Amino acid sequence: MQALTNRSKMVSDKKMTFLEWIYLPAIVKGMFITIKHFFRKKTTINYPEETREFSKVYRGLHVLKRDDQGRERCTACGLCAVACPAEAITMVAAERKPGEEHLYREEKYAEVYEINMLRCIFCGDCEEACPKEAIFLTDRLVPSDYERLPFIYGKDMLVEPIDTALRVDVSARQTENLLKFKQNKQFAHNR
Amino acid sequence: MDWTMYIYKTIFLFIILLVTLLVAMYSTYGERKVAAFMQDRLGPNRAGIFGLLQPIADGIKMFMKEEIIPLSANKKMFILGPSIAMTTALLTGVVIPWGGTLTIFGHEFPMQIADLNIGILYVFAMVSIGVYGIMLGGWASNNKYALLGSIRAASQMISYELAMGMSIIALIVTTGTLSLHEIVDQQQGMHWNIFYQPLGFLIFIICAFAETNRAPFDLPECETELIGGYHTEYSSMKLGFYLFAEYVNMFISSAVIVTLYFGGYHMPFIDHLGLSGNVATLLGTFFFFIKVFFMIFLFMWVRWTLPRFRYDQLMNLGWKGLMPLAIFNILATGVFYYFTELT
Repeated sequence: MQALTNRSKMVSDKKMTFLEWIYLPAIVKGMFITIKHFFRKKTTINYPEETREFSKVYRGLHVLKRDDQGRERCTACGLCAVACPAEAITMVAAERKPGEEHLYREEKYAEVYEINMLRCIFCGDCEEACPKEAIFLTDRLVPSDYERLPFIYGKDMLVEPIDTALRVDVSARQTENLLKFKQNKQFAHNR
Repeated sequence: MDWTMYIYKTIFLFIILLVTLLVAMYSTYGERKVAAFMQDRLGPNRAGIFGLLQPIADGIKMFMKEEIIPLSANKKMFILGPSIAMTTALLTGVVIPWGGTLTIFGHEFPMQIADLNIGILYVFAMVSIGVYGIMLGGWASNNKYALLGSIRAASQMISYELAMGMSIIALIVTTGTLSLHEIVDQQQGMHWNIFYQPLGFLIFIICAFAETNRAPFDLPECETELIGGYHTEYSSMKLGFYLFAEYVNMFISSAVIVTLYFGGYHMPFIDHLGLSGNVATLLGTFFFFIKVFFMIFLFMWVRWTLPRFRYDQLMNLGWKGLMPLAIFNILATGVFYYFTELT
């Protein structure tokens, strides 16, 4: 049989030598292994004080981005909801009224935009499907709760604040490959 | 004995009691820390700095827990079990020489509560009675797992006590006395008994692991097979007493091992320092405790290295391994002394 890894060892049932039979050398060897671990660097992360560093492309809680002038980018096209494999996204579209130009970038916007965080599998397909670069996954976590209802996140939880200082940074997820992909002429309609 | 001696002994008794309890308390903390460090973790570090208040928090938790005595249990025996375990564990400390002699206002005070001329036998007697605590507790619980645990405890302790006693016989042949005080005095300098009785020491320490019910011999309470073994039905401070008695036992047996094999309170090269009597005595006690702490660490080190024995392996090792080896040790020691005495 072919070995799957190079770490497999052949087992034999040969008679034990005297040193093997009294086990003491093996025990001493084992104790040296444990004492080596005793002085090794500990892997524990003291949670509330320290947090684990996330990967640059970590996919956590979503954010609905605003553009430079603080207008919502989402036009409620529904592509994210279509792309969503877990069917976690629902939205209701509405027409922009005159005088709301400073709130919504295009004539159509999402009146209701809800993501069920219990359904969401954080795959990032919504982000990929979005033609307006409106939805992004961030390195934030979805906090736990005792009820199911609070996990349906509406626009109040998802849209980032207008204040430029409080905007959610998603630049970490824009890897070089992704930026190259976006510069492709073929996808120029995205902007 | 005059009245100062009585007062001194009473005070010293309390000090020893407190020290024993304190060391046992912090052994639980040490155990968790050692276990954690050997598994690349940090261990308890929330209660107080470095988690040093953890034993106190654990104690409060134990006291606050609901006290449950099963309806089908034999109530008297159920209560008697942990009491015996704890009492006998504490009683053994009486004969251990904790240090040399203190001289206060011209009176000489030995740092040992009772210098029995049969000190070792007393230790063995107490350890043997300690088994009753576990046996009674497990039996009185009227629970099959507890009963199985206590049966295992009883058979394990009886099996290993034989080999332990025989390893001690060889030691007594070399020392020629049963008094712990005299045994320590013979080991002045670097004449530690471990160099004269290495095989006996090995047998003794293996048996000590088994007698204190610690891994790799923790069959009486092995969680995977017997839930909790003999203390399955226990709760609150009765459980605490059982768990605590184990740590007291560990401390006391470490002290016994140090006394018998590692020169007790004797420190090599102490005579060359030219210290006065009392300072040298206290330094010796300090050194004694360092040795004891190292032994406790060894207990924990072994526990977190080796897996548990299977029951038949345990009996094989006890009866077919250690017993013949101990008998051989006695014979070898006897023959050696017979021929060297003659010449």
